[in-house]
Amino acid sequence: MNRHEQALALARRGQVITWIALVGLAGVFIRALVFTPIERTQGPAQKIFYVHAPVAWAALLAFAVAGILSLLYLWLRDRKIDSIAAASAEVGLAFSVAMLTTGPIWGKTIWGTWWSWDARLTSTMFLFLLFIGYRVLRGAIGDPDMRARFSAVIGVMALALIPFIHMTVVWFRTLHPEPVVLRPDAPSLPGVMLVTLLLSVVVFTVLYVGFLLQRYALDILQDVREEAASAVS
Amino acid sequence: MRSFWMAAWAVAAKDMKIEWRTKTAFASAIVFAVLVLSIFYFARDPTAVSALDIAPGALWVTFTFAAMLGLNRAFMLERENMAMDALLLAPIPPSAIFVGKLLGNLAFVGVVELVSLPLFILFYNLPIVRQLPALMGVIAMATIAFVSVGTLLSSMVVRTRFAELMLPVLLLPFLIPPVVGAVQLTSRILIGRPLSDLAGWLKLLASFDIVFVVLCFFLFEATLDE
Repeated sequence: MNRHEQALALARRGQVITWIALVGLAGVFIRALVFTPIERTQGPAQKIFYVHAPVAWAALLAFAVAGILSLLYLWLRDRKIDSIAAASAEVGLAFSVAMLTTGPIWGKTIWGTWWSWDARLTSTMFLFLLFIGYRVLRGAIGDPDMRARFSAVIGVMALALIPFIHMTVVWFRTLHPEPVVLRPDAPSLPGVMLVTLLLSVVVFTVLYVGFLLQRYALDILQDVREEAASAVS
Repeated sequence: MRSFWMAAWAVAAKDMKIEWRTKTAFASAIVFAVLVLSIFYFARDPTAVSALDIAPGALWVTFTFAAMLGLNRAFMLERENMAMDALLLAPIPPSAIFVGKLLGNLAFVGVVELVSLPLFILFYNLPIVRQLPALMGVIAMATIAFVSVGTLLSSMVVRTRFAELMLPVLLLPFLIPPVVGAVQLTSRILIGRPLSDLAGWLKLLASFDIVFVVLCFFLFEATLDE
């Protein structure tokens, strides 16, 4: 099997995983809307939380993977790692858009404002902009090795930047809800809601894997195409 | 060790000499800083917002953009006549080139700031003789933060398409912590709050400086062509 066929097989596997995740997502919607009770203080608006929090998780996971793979690339210098890191960053951008649109919709009803310069909102937006920069940089470099090195440098620096941005915006002031699941004592969420949320987290993680595989396969196909083109000329 | 610093110094001295002989970038950066400072003065409703209220923000936006002008230029110099290749051929460690470039940029940005600071105090009518040392300390710390990250990024972006556009897009997210910290510190210093009020932000600036100077130093080699 040559690289081209391998990539197509990978893309097909990604497609299957994505479809499984999409069916799961429909299940999450049904469960969240029909089988999970309405939250007392926030009302129906709280339902968006079952999409917003998991999609934010998927976005941050994608960026974290991109950052860690960047570090790994600088060490091992394997082009494959660079490809996966870039694919992960791009999938992270897509999830970020979902996160940054569902957040304000919830915020308008609960906080009374579309946008607030709250700590987590602000830091995820900056992270989003940073990875847009990463993507733009990749687009501006022709040489694949240079592209890999430069984007790995940006990825590693992004990893180091995150705690600083976080501290900065937290000190500025914050109004985001306290963590409800990952907190020192037991989760403050009732069992039924917690199950819906965790289900959604699983579904979005699977969706991430499906997207990542397809994007990575696309990258290989592009690479094969470029090599073929340069071989002809 | 000594030869490392001598090599770094040679690179920095070369950059400063080029700048001293032409003064183009330097003059434009200062004119730019003065223009931005005065535009900011008018970019407010004088009956609602006092000059003191916008002074810290104006100062740091000015410094950030003026620094960016200088940083864009830093590696542009080496692109002409493929001077970078010659630098890399020299029998010196690549990290000495980074340190030299860093020192050269620090000198450039530092001088631009030193010239525009008195104008800032004059324009915004700030009675701050007593707080001046503290303010200069904050400026020094934030400048190290800008310039260390900026030097590394500029060494990369000059080798891409749309280099001038790319630097701000990549650099500004990294400048959020130092700029926010510097603005917070500056506003507290300008209204004469005690040093104990500043400790948190000072620590943030200091740790940013340490982390990013070290990180950029080690990452620089990865940006060079083998």
